[in-house]
Amino acid sequence: MANVPKDLKYTREHEWAKQEGDRVRVGITAYAQEQLGDVVFVELPKVGAKVTASKNFGVVESVKAVSDLFAPVSGEVVEINGELSQKPETVNQDTYGRGWMIVVKPSNGGEWDQLLTPQQYEEFLAQAAH
Amino acid sequence: MAHTAAAAYDKLIFELSSPGRVAWSLADADVPEADARKLLPEKHLRKDAPALPEVSEFDVVRHYSRLSRMNYGVDTHFYPLGSCTMKYNPRINEDMARLPGFARLHPLAAETLAQGALELMHALAWDLAEIAGMDAVSLQPAAGAQGEFTGVLMIRAYHLSRGEKRTKVLIPDSAHGTNPASTAIAGYEVVEVKSLPNGEVDVNALARTLDTDVAAFMITVPNTLGMFEPRIVEITELCHAKGVQVYMDGANLNAILGITRPGDLGFDVCHFNLHKTFTTPHGGGGPGAGPVGVKAHLEPFLPVPVVTKDGDAYALDWKRPKSIGKLQAFWGNFGMLVRAYTYIRTMGPDGLRAVSDNAILNANYIMKRLEKDYDVAVPGPCMHECVVSARRQKKLGVTATDIAKRLLDLGFYAPSTYFPLIVEEALMIEPTETEAKETLDQFCDAMIQIARETEANAAVIHDAPLTTPVRRLDQTKAAREPDLRWSRRP
Repeated sequence: MANVPKDLKYTREHEWAKQEGDRVRVGITAYAQEQLGDVVFVELPKVGAKVTASKNFGVVESVKAVSDLFAPVSGEVVEINGELSQKPETVNQDTYGRGWMIVVKPSNGGEWDQLLTPQQYEEFLAQAAH
Repeated sequence: MAHTAAAAYDKLIFELSSPGRVAWSLADADVPEADARKLLPEKHLRKDAPALPEVSEFDVVRHYSRLSRMNYGVDTHFYPLGSCTMKYNPRINEDMARLPGFARLHPLAAETLAQGALELMHALAWDLAEIAGMDAVSLQPAAGAQGEFTGVLMIRAYHLSRGEKRTKVLIPDSAHGTNPASTAIAGYEVVEVKSLPNGEVDVNALARTLDTDVAAFMITVPNTLGMFEPRIVEITELCHAKGVQVYMDGANLNAILGITRPGDLGFDVCHFNLHKTFTTPHGGGGPGAGPVGVKAHLEPFLPVPVVTKDGDAYALDWKRPKSIGKLQAFWGNFGMLVRAYTYIRTMGPDGLRAVSDNAILNANYIMKRLEKDYDVAVPGPCMHECVVSARRQKKLGVTATDIAKRLLDLGFYAPSTYFPLIVEEALMIEPTETEAKETLDQFCDAMIQIARETEANAAVIHDAPLTTPVRRLDQTKAAREPDLRWSRRP
């Protein structure tokens, strides 16, 4: 079973979200990067862009497939991980750390509670396996 | 019967270049020579000669002959690439396309001098319309994706003509990647519709998503898991009730010729991949052709020009005020139209029906033979292709990619891998109707052998391919550090 850290929340599209003060840091889960295989390209929005919960905010491309990235919460992008344009492999190497993608300043606090807890995400993965 | 490789030949023609060597000597000009430097503005003059290869005619012949010996295609090997319909391309098609009246006709010849070509286009459009149950067909699109783009533009023009500005197009998560791409380029927001675990459209989910902002629903029939959509008529009716147009991706048309017709199932638009179903060359031997068929209400929006018939005379009609315009040089890939027309006329209605019957039979034969050793994605029977998952093999460290590479050593091209996206470790196998049972058996034997090797001797799979001109390529490095441009080395 893929690594699912206890201090994060999750989407059904396999993004993780981490509360950092009034900001939310976003990346893709270990399960997602395993399924994708070697990531070769990551397309992120610009700082200042607005993202909407469950709408796509970018694209991750691997040797197998191109997948949309879905925002866990709505809000304004206040930071993006510029390192990924040169080193997309960081997503595979350290998906919960240096492989983060964007930081969002949420506009709707209620959305946080809609996200999956680690336990719910683990159950979701277990279902997907069958 | 493994593919015995010619020793790898990896030269670029640029690397054969020797200063001053030429392949052709031009005759002396019989008109006065003019100096380009005096005729063109300074900014358009280049300072250095272009870095073209300087080679002899013999160098060119030898270079390309050597490269051609490394070809791996349907003319040499079984090529079960799912969703691509790599069937035999009858040689009579080539004969017909080379008739001087077609091959040497100038694309800008006057209509009166091109009556035969126009008649062929008119007849082919009608044949395709009849095959698909559509009212009109444009032959202009140069490939399936351009057919999709054309179809979506017509749907857009249709809605706008009714004063409706719809912004979204619904596409299942099992779709070919070209569907969302063509739709996005046509200016629509793409909304993904989840499939049921068996790959079918979730009709309830679809019904919830349909609203007056949806322009179209785009779907492949049979779907990309090789299954016929059992509730398709219900789906098209549901869409029409909300004013939503329904587009059929015709990539899998090879499964339904003479059995059912997109038009009868309620589709408003569908495209045809002539390079799949209608035996025109595929891939490097192309180009492709992706005609698009529509129901009568979309006919005013067809690309210009449309070939018309008046008595025995054929003409190109450009005066179509509602047309989406022209989207391809000249009249489409005309040589492909000649080949497809030849195919349809040589096969006839019963022959085309037999194509689909045998394509379905062959795919089911393979699925049945592999079901003990691989996990079948959806329990059969399937249509013209089947999808198996290597998830059982993956647990033992062998992925779909590994299996694909090992097949090359065993003398077969690989099935499509990792598609459709909704099946883990997918191997999508489309044998087509033109393969004999012996070939299908050899392929199944190879697949079963690989399943056994996975359990007993996985190293041989991880090392594959051993017999190809080049060994396993580093896909990741190729994507991360693409080296796409030749540059002159000192």
